[in-house]
Amino acid sequence: MVGAMNNERERQIFAQRFGLFIGLATIVMLFVAMTSALIVRQGAGNWVNINLPYQFWISTAIILLSSVTMFISKKAHKQMEVQRFRIFFWATFILGVAFIINQWLGYFALAKSGFYINGINSYQYVYVISMTHLAHVGVGLLILLYTGIKTSVQKFNPNYHHIIGFISVYWHFVDLLWIFLFIFFQLKFF
Amino acid sequence: METTETHHGHAHSNTGAYITDHVHYQDVEGVIRSEEDHGHHDSDRNKKNFIHTWIFSQDHKIIGKQFLITGIIWAIVGGAFSNIFRMQLGFPDTNMSWIGNVFGDRWVENGHMTNDFYNMLITMHGTILVFFVLTAGLSGTFANILIPLQCGARDMASPFLNMLSYWFFFMASIVMAASFFLPTGAAGVSWVFYPPLSAIRDASLGSKGGADMWLISMSLFIFSSLLGGLNYITTILNLRTKGMSMAKLPLTIWALLITAILGVLSFPVLLGAAILLIFDRTLGTSFYLDKIYIENVGAQPHEGGNPILYQHLFWFLGHPEVYIVIMPAFGMVSEILSVNSRKPIFGYRAMVLSMLAIAALAFFVWAHHMFVTGLNPFVGSVFVFLTLLIAIPSAIKVFNWLTTIWKGNIKYTPAMLFAIGFVSLFISGGLTGIFLGNSSIDIQLHDTYFVVAHFHIVMGIGAFFGMFAGVYHWFPKMYGKFMNRTMGFIHFWLTFAGAYAIFWPMHYQGLAGVPRRYPSHAGYESFNKFGELSEFITIAALVVFAAQLLFVFNFFYSIFRGKICHEQNPWKSNTIEWTTPIKPGHGNWEGEIPTVHRWPYDYGKDGQDFIPQTMPIQPGESAHHV
Ligand code: HEM
Ligand SMILES: [Cu+2]
Repeated sequence: MVGAMNNERERQIFAQRFGLFIGLATIVMLFVAMTSALIVRQGAGNWVNINLPYQFWISTAIILLSSVTMFISKKAHKQMEVQRFRIFFWATFILGVAFIINQWLGYFALAKSGFYINGINSYQYVYVISMTHLAHVGVGLLILLYTGIKTSVQKFNPNYHHIIGFISVYWHFVDLLWIFLFIFFQLKFF
Repeated sequence: METTETHHGHAHSNTGAYITDHVHYQDVEGVIRSEEDHGHHDSDRNKKNFIHTWIFSQDHKIIGKQFLITGIIWAIVGGAFSNIFRMQLGFPDTNMSWIGNVFGDRWVENGHMTNDFYNMLITMHGTILVFFVLTAGLSGTFANILIPLQCGARDMASPFLNMLSYWFFFMASIVMAASFFLPTGAAGVSWVFYPPLSAIRDASLGSKGGADMWLISMSLFIFSSLLGGLNYITTILNLRTKGMSMAKLPLTIWALLITAILGVLSFPVLLGAAILLIFDRTLGTSFYLDKIYIENVGAQPHEGGNPILYQHLFWFLGHPEVYIVIMPAFGMVSEILSVNSRKPIFGYRAMVLSMLAIAALAFFVWAHHMFVTGLNPFVGSVFVFLTLLIAIPSAIKVFNWLTTIWKGNIKYTPAMLFAIGFVSLFISGGLTGIFLGNSSIDIQLHDTYFVVAHFHIVMGIGAFFGMFAGVYHWFPKMYGKFMNRTMGFIHFWLTFAGAYAIFWPMHYQGLAGVPRRYPSHAGYESFNKFGELSEFITIAALVVFAAQLLFVFNFFYSIFRGKICHEQNPWKSNTIEWTTPIKPGHGNWEGEIPTVHRWPYDYGKDGQDFIPQTMPIQPGESAHHV
């Protein structure tokens, strides 16, 4: 019977993973909409090229790094190396916080150079799109925080692995999304 | 964190005790819980308190009813609004100062409703009916009730997210309802929410706080739809019972699947549009705004944006949205026509393919709502071509429905009448779509009552008919009772005749150029000749609204006093939702979920009236292959 139960459990987990990817597809569509708007605006002419201050480059490095720590932590969970898992999981969380702080520093830098949120059109797009992305990182951080606390105070549970897997998929996704946006902002289509 | 992995004793435990034998729920924390042993099921339920069973229930059937009842309440509100503004349009001289007593004196001027009040009513009428009733109330209800039952699943893939989906809808409802109590009232910039009216607070009364609340409410609503949609897709694709291949799925499920896919791909785009709009409104950005001057207010500080951008984003959602509204009706109507004609659905494969084609095309026709925005005529002609292509799969569906009932042994239940009525409405409304799809004609007809007639017949009334058909048909599954037939027939005939009486004349008004969204046509010489026609329309609207109250009465009366359903399968139907107990508990089937062996439309085959999906293919029998 236990075999059958596992089978059922796997089916559930598979279904949930499937649902997660549909969820990511909806986020993709959200950004497709917003980036298309930028392209349309660029095509209308009178477009000021976007030059992102160095803070955004640092953010990019940070979030890339956080994907690496997430990867290590997930692997450690699989190998049941509790200590390593916890350290790298929390490292991911801290890097996530650092990313958010850095993005804000980036906005301050923009504002300091006179590119206010209601200023030049092209930078308005930088604000709205990157802040929407930031909100998704924020949601990820809440999940990381919740799971981090849970896995730190409770006994290690190998059955939790698929949850860690879901979280890491989401985290890599917001990471990739940022890399894409970061490049996208600096492209010229017309 | 415990994982329940033990297998409790089972009355019917046998070799077939397959994986689907228990209800397994995985809560958010990833704990597998199994709700075991159906002998204890009922007592477990009794122990659970009221809140868990009825309010924060994770049972898809309860959630479906929550969507339905919330939808009914909204439908009454939205419908009542239309009656109020029709009063003004039909009887411009009547004193309407009672509005002041109900809604506040600020909405009345010289015994007439103010223009702002009119705008608020039409905006809320459209928003409520399109989104809250015909999207949440329709998809939410039937996706929830039918997907697990017809696919053969214990519940949705994630019952928890499913519950959240309803509660996000509920919060959206609260925010929208609360917006009426602002001194400036609810949003009044029309359901399509075009800037600049919607983007500048000072543009009108309805652009102020009510518009903010609308945007918040719609964001919650979008979240609700997305949570629901991803659950529906996941469940249909992953949690079907043994033997239920995609080719054996009832068309209802195909329709709900395609609806959900449309939703998850298009609603995020509306969210994107809304975020840009929120920025324009609150942070002074100029995504949708360029230099603009408002009378009595002055020049606005925006520069460089374009309001047409919003229209592109909106209609990229908006057109798929109209198919989100109608698609579940496609599915239910197909099912109900086949069951009540005692004949297999004609062209199952063509039905699925045409729905897929309509869904795919839905993403490439949005600019047909924008022919008069200064669209490049060449681009316009591409959109004309793509738009007219929709007529092909639509016609296929209509012919298949007609062929299905042709020479059938028709059982005229209220559900069947509404299903047939749907086909009629879909033809009438679809035909006018072809007029509008030609840009050269649309330039004349855009923003006239012709458009109002088109989309109310095909979408408004059409989808409502699908919904009524579904409610009458699956009411025994939901409540173990029947709805009253006689009231059902009266409801049908009043609504069917009444709906045409309301919307048919609007075509003539539209052809003559009567514009939509005007608080009154009374002051215009050229429209005077339609005064009596407008009166007639208003009277018809009042009658139809009253007929809906009869339905509402029948619905609630039958829940408590309806004829009790003693048969497990009252309509002699093939689909597996009728193999559960008459009133299924959480988990749906006692014991194993049945295995499926055949497609759901074996009616009148080999001299048998019907052969349920659970019946194995007999030796020598030729099975239906798609
Ligand atoms: C052959 C099929 C159809 C064609 C060619 C078609 C074409 C059109 C066109 C060109 C318009 C824009 C009219 C204008 O604003 O000037 C329109 C409006 C509309 N259509 Fe259709 N349509 C079809 C079927 C449908 C269906 C099946 C639905 C819904 C279930 C629907 C719902 C709507 C709605 C809601 C609007 C108006 C929205 C608004 O402006 O407020 N249409 N249709
Ligand atoms: Cu359309």
